[in-house]
Amino acid sequence: MGLTVQSTGTGALKEMFEVELVSPDDIVVALAGNPNTGKSTVFNSLTGLNQHTGNWPGKTVSNAQGKFSHGNKGYVLVDLPGTYSLLANSVEEQVARDFICFGKPHATVVVTDATCLERNLNLVLQIMEITNKVVVCVNLMDEANRKKIKIDLIKLSDLLGVPVVGTTARSGKGLNELKDMVEKVAGGKINPTPMQVNYDEILMNAIEEVEPYIQDLVGDQLNSKWIALRLIDGDKPLLVSMDEFLNIKISDDKTLLSKLENAHIELEEDKIYLEDLRDRIVSNIVKTAEDISSEIVSLDNKSNQLDRKIDRVLTSKTLGIPIMIALLGLVFWLTIEGANFPSAILAKGLFWIEDQLTVFFVWLLTPMWIHDILVLGMFRTLAWVISVMLPPMAIFFPLFTLLEDLGYLPRIAFNLDHFFKKACAHGKQALTMCMGFGCNAAGVIACRIIDSPRERLIATISNNFVPCNGRFPTLIALASIFIAGAAGAFSSVAATFSVSAVIVLGVILTLFISKLLSKTILKGLPSSFTLELPPYRRPQIGRIIVRSIFDRTLFVLGRAVAVAAPAGLVIWLMANITVADASMLTHCAQFLDPFAHLIGLDGYILMAFILGLPANEIVIPILIMSYMSTGSMLELSSLSEMKQLFVSNGWTWLTAVCMMLFSLNHWPCATTLWTIHKETKSWKWTWISFLVPTVTGIVVCFIVAQGARFLF
Amino acid sequence: MDNGLISLEKLSLGSIGRVKELITEGVARRRMLDLGLIHDTIIKPLMKSPAGDPIAYEIRGAVIALRSEEASKILVEKAQLN
Repeated sequence: MGLTVQSTGTGALKEMFEVELVSPDDIVVALAGNPNTGKSTVFNSLTGLNQHTGNWPGKTVSNAQGKFSHGNKGYVLVDLPGTYSLLANSVEEQVARDFICFGKPHATVVVTDATCLERNLNLVLQIMEITNKVVVCVNLMDEANRKKIKIDLIKLSDLLGVPVVGTTARSGKGLNELKDMVEKVAGGKINPTPMQVNYDEILMNAIEEVEPYIQDLVGDQLNSKWIALRLIDGDKPLLVSMDEFLNIKISDDKTLLSKLENAHIELEEDKIYLEDLRDRIVSNIVKTAEDISSEIVSLDNKSNQLDRKIDRVLTSKTLGIPIMIALLGLVFWLTIEGANFPSAILAKGLFWIEDQLTVFFVWLLTPMWIHDILVLGMFRTLAWVISVMLPPMAIFFPLFTLLEDLGYLPRIAFNLDHFFKKACAHGKQALTMCMGFGCNAAGVIACRIIDSPRERLIATISNNFVPCNGRFPTLIALASIFIAGAAGAFSSVAATFSVSAVIVLGVILTLFISKLLSKTILKGLPSSFTLELPPYRRPQIGRIIVRSIFDRTLFVLGRAVAVAAPAGLVIWLMANITVADASMLTHCAQFLDPFAHLIGLDGYILMAFILGLPANEIVIPILIMSYMSTGSMLELSSLSEMKQLFVSNGWTWLTAVCMMLFSLNHWPCATTLWTIHKETKSWKWTWISFLVPTVTGIVVCFIVAQGARFLF
Repeated sequence: MDNGLISLEKLSLGSIGRVKELITEGVARRRMLDLGLIHDTIIKPLMKSPAGDPIAYEIRGAVIALRSEEASKILVEKAQLN
């Protein structure tokens, strides 16, 4: 079914090779590193860009390039995918390797994690085999200090033979030094002589068999010894890349093939076959890293004890999942409780502005219908979207970012993996779902962290079962007025409880649908699963607030506003253009009504969802406008007025429940669909992603509505 | 197993294992090697997830969670605490 690597990601990665230079003198710097070493933070600090950061491996899923200048020279920084190795086990590794090898960067910065240096050195050693223009950046020095891990950077530099700079990128410490070093290495003022991995004698003999010939072919532009070993190891992608980037037809060079054959025969005489060969190569690299690490890192035995203690509680058998749900509830409670007051203030302010606008239009003597379209149609919708959405987002996003920065999300994936395994899905799907809380389009992009194409599609199709930020206001508003309304003093607790229940239902549906897909159109067994649980990091509260408000809240709000204004216009027109003594809006609603009634909704609600395709945020505003005979919204300064409006249109608690359920399960918004198409490059999977939640929603709402009507 | 090797998921929390053999091939084996799981590597089970699977292990200073399917392919020898 076309589930190839090519169809699901390589294209996007290849774009990286198109480095945009402002002037030909610009210096190209590659930024490599293990996942979750703070590579994105280094990138952001150097370039001033806002690549998403967070404490979980793999969150950087798109490739970024950024510019900075230093010492009157321009630099282009290319952020490579985070990888543990460059032995081309995955597309990311191949792309990172190809860029360092053939992209001709003037220097390569390898970002490493000071708290886990030994493992990071693996990649450093592999990169130093390809190029000598390496600067090692030992990041997260503050975390290492906190954990009493001491690193002898000078000795490390001596041992490696390349410059080493210690940094704490999030506070900007050491970055100037890093830039200086990059300048020196790129400009040739320092010519590093990297140490080489000590391969054992048998491997060295095999290398010598092939190396001289490769030297003849590629000259000095690449490390022929390294290429020899890669080719002996059977690295076919490297051959293909060499053909492509060096313009030499090397992949069917007869002499080379026979030399490789000879090397293999020699190895086999020593009883070393292809599988053992890879073991030996990796073992040599890992041992070299171990040796270096033992000389320069001094660990306090208690270094990680606090982390382990926290982990034992957060992932414990009895408390792990309850704590997770309690944290979720706490986040929603703070959001709901905290948003009430600022929402009311905002609404008051915005409707005061509306009054002034009306005065202004009257003074201008504009025709009434222009005033109605602009003020009652567009401005009111905007005002509603802003006053209802901004406060919860400004509370929810920082709280969520806090959990993300602490490193809690991988623990969620760890706690839930068992259920995903049962559903034949990937444990990292829990991470993509977490991203979906913010925005389903972001969640779909995050699915790139799942290697297996089958499991990635499952995660993509089911991502919509996590309610995104655009749907929270709907859920919160409905829960607040119809469910919490009856609970008196505990109203915000009741609202929290019902919103949390909807989300838990979303998770259950995700698992169920994943299982269903695994048994039908996406048959297969779970692929291998390894998940790194990174050390907890102390979050920087100030930075979190600034970042989540500017990067996320304002971005999402901006999109909502951009959609809400024109939507307000369309609704106003539909409600005011009359065909055969009823408005167009009424005609459409009446047409949808019989079906909508079956699933516990009414024609106006269903139409609000349909018209809300561009963005879920505008579903409630559309609905409110539709219920008004004039087609423009009431001044809804309080939720109780909204309740009155709904009740007078025939709503019961069942309507509210069904609308909440349908909000959880219906087609993804247009942005998400577009993203799914871009990621899967297939209309088929886009359609399936449209249909699966829609059908689920119709079925769930039908059962609930019919069941309730039968029972009560 | 007869040679004193046990598969990793059977190693109890708090004990220490020494990797002796990987009984898997191809990409899965390469991924394990990338984690640094070469011959004689020390591996420590740290904690179980609420359902008992996956289990998180300390490998060369990093904490890695492995499902029982993966862990069962790693044969270890129980090592002495020191």
